[in-house]
Amino acid sequence: MEILSRTENNITVVTVTGRMDALTAPDYQDKLNELIAKGATTFVVDFEGLDYIGSAGLRGILSTAKALKGKGGEVHFANVKGAVKEVFETSGFDSIFQIHDSVASALEGIG
Amino acid sequence: MKVTRMTCEARIGNLEEVINFVDGCADRIGLTGIKKNKALIAVEEAFVNVCHYAYPGATGEVELTCRGKNDAFEFEIADNGIPFNMLSLPDPDTTADIMERKIGGLGVYLIRKLIDDVSYRRKDGQNILRMVLHTRK
Repeated sequence: MEILSRTENNITVVTVTGRMDALTAPDYQDKLNELIAKGATTFVVDFEGLDYIGSAGLRGILSTAKALKGKGGEVHFANVKGAVKEVFETSGFDSIFQIHDSVASALEGIG
Repeated sequence: MKVTRMTCEARIGNLEEVINFVDGCADRIGLTGIKKNKALIAVEEAFVNVCHYAYPGATGEVELTCRGKNDAFEFEIADNGIPFNMLSLPDPDTTADIMERKIGGLGVYLIRKLIDDVSYRRKDGQNILRMVLHTRK
């Protein structure tokens, strides 16, 4: 799994590529916690290149979202597709998170 | 009926090997796309569960068996650890909001939701979780 981040208009865009499983999910948590510690409050997580997510990935997402919400921040998701979309829907994550068709529409919606 | 087996130590570091094994079995049996992905997710959850809970303070083995029969892909994951039926865990509340959602319990929930038939048995000192996906359903 590869995680890249950039900032656009004070919004942190995080791109996740590969597989988010029990081996790699801690990397996602570490990366987001590091960005949160540096002061980032609004995130758009781009799953365009994410092929797979299991419950460890969901736990990582939920735990960082809780940490963020506790600080008044928020996380949005973009390009949730295929197998990842199915897992989001099955676990009810599609109803607790704001999901956008693309990073551009997420940025527009937030801004 | 083709049967394929693998055995490895129950530790998270072996996850990739386990996933690759089931991926290969699914390919041979003709399980593709979303169905194959369901199998891989379920195996990850079951394997990680064994790694975390089967052998407290010790190491042990896990055995995976894949079978293709008729229109079904059947896989079992067995360990020699303490008796534990992960299917006895309650479902998480999937309607609670972010702050109320519990962090745990999602693994077994995904297995229940994604797999067509799932059952647990304790036999000859082993925990055996059997999962079946119907290839034509």
